[in-house]
Amino acid sequence: MPATRTLDPAAVRADFPILSEPVGGQPLVYLDNAASAQKPERVIRAVDHYYRHQHANVHRGIHELGRRATEAYEDARARVAAFIGADPDEVVWTRGTTEAINLVAGAWGIDSLDEGDEILLTTMEHHSNIVPWQLVAARTGARLRYLEMDDEECLRLDMLDEVLTDRTRLLAVTHVSNALGTVNPLAALIEAAHAAGALVLVDGAQAVPHMQIDVHALGADFYALSGHKMFGPTGIGVLWARRELLEEMPPYHGGGEMIRVVRRESSTWADVPHKFEAGTPNIAGAVGLAAACDYLTEIGMDAVQAYEHEVVRYAYECLSAMEGVRVYGPRDPANRAGVVAFTMDEAHPHDISTVLDSRGIAIRAGHHCAQLVMEHCGVAATARASFAFYNTREEVDRLVQAVEAVRRIFA
Amino acid sequence: MDPARFAERFKRLRSWEDRYRYLIQMGRKLPPFPDEERIDANLVPGCMSRVWMVPDPRDDGTLGFLADSDAHIVKGLIAVLLSVYDGKTPEEILDTDVEGLFEDLELGQHLSANRRNGFYSMNQKIREYARAVAAM
Repeated sequence: MPATRTLDPAAVRADFPILSEPVGGQPLVYLDNAASAQKPERVIRAVDHYYRHQHANVHRGIHELGRRATEAYEDARARVAAFIGADPDEVVWTRGTTEAINLVAGAWGIDSLDEGDEILLTTMEHHSNIVPWQLVAARTGARLRYLEMDDEECLRLDMLDEVLTDRTRLLAVTHVSNALGTVNPLAALIEAAHAAGALVLVDGAQAVPHMQIDVHALGADFYALSGHKMFGPTGIGVLWARRELLEEMPPYHGGGEMIRVVRRESSTWADVPHKFEAGTPNIAGAVGLAAACDYLTEIGMDAVQAYEHEVVRYAYECLSAMEGVRVYGPRDPANRAGVVAFTMDEAHPHDISTVLDSRGIAIRAGHHCAQLVMEHCGVAATARASFAFYNTREEVDRLVQAVEAVRRIFA
Repeated sequence: MDPARFAERFKRLRSWEDRYRYLIQMGRKLPPFPDEERIDANLVPGCMSRVWMVPDPRDDGTLGFLADSDAHIVKGLIAVLLSVYDGKTPEEILDTDVEGLFEDLELGQHLSANRRNGFYSMNQKIREYARAVAAM
């Protein structure tokens, strides 16, 4: 293995034009990366170049631009596949993680689940890994069960024997919690689910920006991710699935591009992955996402992970040492990625984010589309600082100073 | 609270921290919100924090409101908003322009888009109640 590269924060910051954009007359401190990450010059240029020189519809025109667009689109698929250790045929383009999960729920779930079957979720999930399964459960008669969290907001593996049954058909679990930053022990979860005869879907939206992912090594059955959280454009994402599953699954949406032959009463389907890609896709988004993957590969995900780990650990230590501040999620920094969520005794999370905003600091306040996490923590909302590899210790210092100002104002 | 005096004092404050502190003080002066009204049915939709509001019709024909929020700055905004409508009949409420006042306070640029929406949702709710009472 090559030695871990080191990351130069000043150099990577220069790659992101928006990071030097003043907000309200102050330097921006962008700590809302879990909601959406900023875009490097490389991605912006790739999208620009695509529209200037390569655009036509894909897989259709017998003309030069049609060939260029198709080549750019399929080449993007191969590069994104390589980034996550997948084969290109296993990579289905979606609008993002939400659509990827809905695709599995709508195609595999509706087709495969029967009354009494069980879908195992966790109370740590983002709503987009809960609601699609509630919809499927209502249509198929399947039952939802939940793996709970402990008092450090980590999944209770000791409960697995109880909640994994011979009726469990799927475990749908997040790799990294968007609300807490908890990194889940996927190897143990996947092994237990497979031993019980269940498939495993992993919501990777919050993991891919922070660590190297190899879907084959991970051994899950489905892996969903969003481009915009990993420095690519919005409106593009990926569903990775084992090839046999993609081949067995019926189509999700019907339309152009996904068919082989259409007759009056029925049609036959295109091969995977195109069977799941009805309609004109987000070609520029795919091209931009591939550019993001290339960029991350050059920086090195090992360097990203090592650098970020220190910044997040520093933020966790500073905030948790403050009086009247409660930080959620695992205390061991090894089990945390990208997020430090907290509440304060005096100020509501929305008060916190309002004051921080007036100092140019962007965080998110709310339930973070994870109301079961809020319920577990016994709060209506939290303030969430979420990090990317372009954030620095100096920005953490500004965050901490601002939180101190909040204490002064609300005391 | 007299809204014009509030606006004058608010604008005299230089730093946003002082302005927020002033807003929070205003919020603390709101009359207590009845516990039994703190229910989901009284939540104002579209607010990022929780805002409860109920109409409080007075014997003299004016329409008051009781409101509360779990966020202090929002509660301060509620206090300012309610002070604008205080002592007005439903018809007068419907004739009042509050958006101008809040633009004058330059609050827009320092409140997130969602907060602004939440603020407009509160105002809409007040106007809905006023319309309903006026139609009775």
